[in-house]
Amino acid sequence: MRKVIRGFYAVAHAVKLSKPSVIAAYPITPQTEIVENLAKMYSNGELKDCQYVTAESEFGAASILVGASATGARTFTATCSQGLVLMSEVLLNAAGMRLPIVLVNTNRALSAPLSIWNDHQDSMLLRDGGLIQIHVETNQEAHDMVPLAFKVAENPKVMLPFMLNMDGFKLTHAYEPVDLLDEEHVDKFLPPYEPPVKMTTENPLTFGCYAPPHCYMEFRVALQNAMERAKGVLEKAYREWTEVIGRDWGGHVVADYADDAELMVVSMGSLTGMVRDVIRELREEGKKVGLLKIRTFRPFPDKEIRDALINANKILVFERAVSFGHEGPVGIEVKSALFGLSPEFYSYAVGLGGRDVPREEIVKMITDVYDGRVEQGFHFGGVKPFEEVIT
Amino acid sequence: MTFFGPGHGACPGCGLTIATRNVLEALEGKCFVSNSTGCLEIISSQYERSAWGVPYIHSLFENAAAVAAGIELALKALKRTDEGKIVVFAGDGATADIGVGPLSGMLDRNHDVIYICLDNEAYQNTGNQQSGLTPLGSNTTTMPAGELYPGKIGRKKDMVSIAVAHGIPYVATSSVAFYSDIRRKVKKAAEIEGAKYIQIHTPCVTGWGIDGKQTIPSAKLAFETALYPIVEYENGKLIRVRKIKERKPVEEYLKIQRRFRHLFTHPKGQEIIRELQRIADDNAARFNLDV
Amino acid sequence: MVMNITLGGISKPHSSKNMKTGDWGTEYPVVDEEKCTACKTCEHLCPDGCIVVVKKEDGEKVAVPDYDYCKGCGVCFTVCPADAIKMELKEMYRLEVC
Repeated sequence: MRKVIRGFYAVAHAVKLSKPSVIAAYPITPQTEIVENLAKMYSNGELKDCQYVTAESEFGAASILVGASATGARTFTATCSQGLVLMSEVLLNAAGMRLPIVLVNTNRALSAPLSIWNDHQDSMLLRDGGLIQIHVETNQEAHDMVPLAFKVAENPKVMLPFMLNMDGFKLTHAYEPVDLLDEEHVDKFLPPYEPPVKMTTENPLTFGCYAPPHCYMEFRVALQNAMERAKGVLEKAYREWTEVIGRDWGGHVVADYADDAELMVVSMGSLTGMVRDVIRELREEGKKVGLLKIRTFRPFPDKEIRDALINANKILVFERAVSFGHEGPVGIEVKSALFGLSPEFYSYAVGLGGRDVPREEIVKMITDVYDGRVEQGFHFGGVKPFEEVIT
Repeated sequence: MTFFGPGHGACPGCGLTIATRNVLEALEGKCFVSNSTGCLEIISSQYERSAWGVPYIHSLFENAAAVAAGIELALKALKRTDEGKIVVFAGDGATADIGVGPLSGMLDRNHDVIYICLDNEAYQNTGNQQSGLTPLGSNTTTMPAGELYPGKIGRKKDMVSIAVAHGIPYVATSSVAFYSDIRRKVKKAAEIEGAKYIQIHTPCVTGWGIDGKQTIPSAKLAFETALYPIVEYENGKLIRVRKIKERKPVEEYLKIQRRFRHLFTHPKGQEIIRELQRIADDNAARFNLDV
Repeated sequence: MVMNITLGGISKPHSSKNMKTGDWGTEYPVVDEEKCTACKTCEHLCPDGCIVVVKKEDGEKVAVPDYDYCKGCGVCFTVCPADAIKMELKEMYRLEVC
């Protein structure tokens, strides 16, 4: 059934279809409506065999899910920004404990200064944590990826927390047409959670042991191995899901015009839609520009990125975050995938804190790079002239 | 049937392990344990050296209460609630300081969890640092007795009142000096639905500076001086206290522990001892402890 | 030799049995079987769960320490209501003073 709905409802509906056993909620803009919609469904008895709780903080919410997941329950929560940072201690702990908690992160800028608007600074903070991370471009993609998140996270070869990133407000609150998933399709693709191991009095195991130096290293290697295996599991899940629902989202990355592009533009998240539109227009003008959309950010699909960018002379990365003291994190990671090659490399941090990135600006940034009017390296795009003062 | 140990790494004479064993035995091992980081966790859950014979989870320092809430919700959702009771073992630091937020949330939502605070009155696993439940005058490494200061100059946080204020059905204190009291209270808590808070006084041989032979006697003295009242609240009402036949002066408790010894020589020492006696007298009056 | 690395560091129950802590203490408890009333006070209070009341061949019950794990803390000695336990210094700590 096709409906024009806001992103937060698209997610909540998909979560309902994925049949989690425990949902822990805590409000934070702009994710709140996701858990509000789930609460409404819960209160109306639409979430079967599910326990919903409003926790005392995001830290509490994530910790509740650690206990629930270890007991064998399928678990879900949503957060962003300050909430994500607060629950980061627990999420890293969950990654090490190999608990498949699914989390929707409605990308929002970090304090200070306080901002409720969209950028990717929050999820970038957890790059190193051992969570699987994907970025979606549209509400339809967000809706479709929710059951996939559970399926991949709960795969016995993976067993890692899964963070589904969607741009706050830009997707969560935007009305877009969404083809709602059929319950049958989800049930076929995502069977009930069968944990490889769980806490039970029938087989009393000790979870969360501490590891002295003689064995800690091997646990971290095992975590890395799980991430490596997740690449293949994700790839397979993308393909399998395409066949079930008839919408082809591609694989870890989606490349357009990569064969003959002189300039390849790299983008992640909702900005990709506008960038694709601009590139189509530039193509019609005869400019040899291509687009690489990255969906899977962790595990990092270095091979797929390299294959897509190998023919380009120039690379332009649109960043939605900054690794302060260095440059944009996506650029850093893409460069590492291109090691040994030497294209010209440009990156622009745009739209921080929800700043609008108008079409004209995107056109200008791309054509400036294409026509060689800017220097290589890291830039901020769309910055107003300012002076640093004390008061 | 032991549900805990042996072969664990606790100091000889450790009060925590005495309390833990009695709690698990009172529940006949039919329980899930959520344990915060601390002495009990470190000595019992090394990889491939677990002393636990019941299902057990350790997550972080401050979230044992929230993890237990999660276990409760999962058992409810998965229709496995009769598998066993849920118990939290957390130290005084994890309870009164860093974990007080998640604890408050769990108590407020009245999850069916027995929360056991093992009170050895400091962050003992990291070497005796001051916590909210460290008593006045105690020598800890983050507020040591020096030329200016006589050890801790604050109060012992009244976690019992905080727990009672949450409106939970059962709150009690106990001590390893009275193991059958621990068992009775845990058994009672297991019969009640909702959140239960039991704070058990557990001497720490290393941190308090006593010998294993003084573990039980010091716990008994803590009770007999009225510095550690043993009380029981049901639905917010004080229903029972353990009476003291012959109250002892606080000096008898303080002088046998290295962590209080400085009070007998420090210039501010006598003032602190008098204050501790006043606290003890207040406890005795408030709970009507004297026979 | 290949190590076992379990999912998330899960351990089997009672895997601490391999840690024989019996060599920790300088003293060890000796139970006077005549005095012992098998009240189990020591059993309930031992921090390590290594003194247990067992039935002997002649049907009498008595407390028996497990020296594989006993750390010689002395708690059993302090709590025995029948005064049936004595703490003895281990042989290796008996030093001759010249």
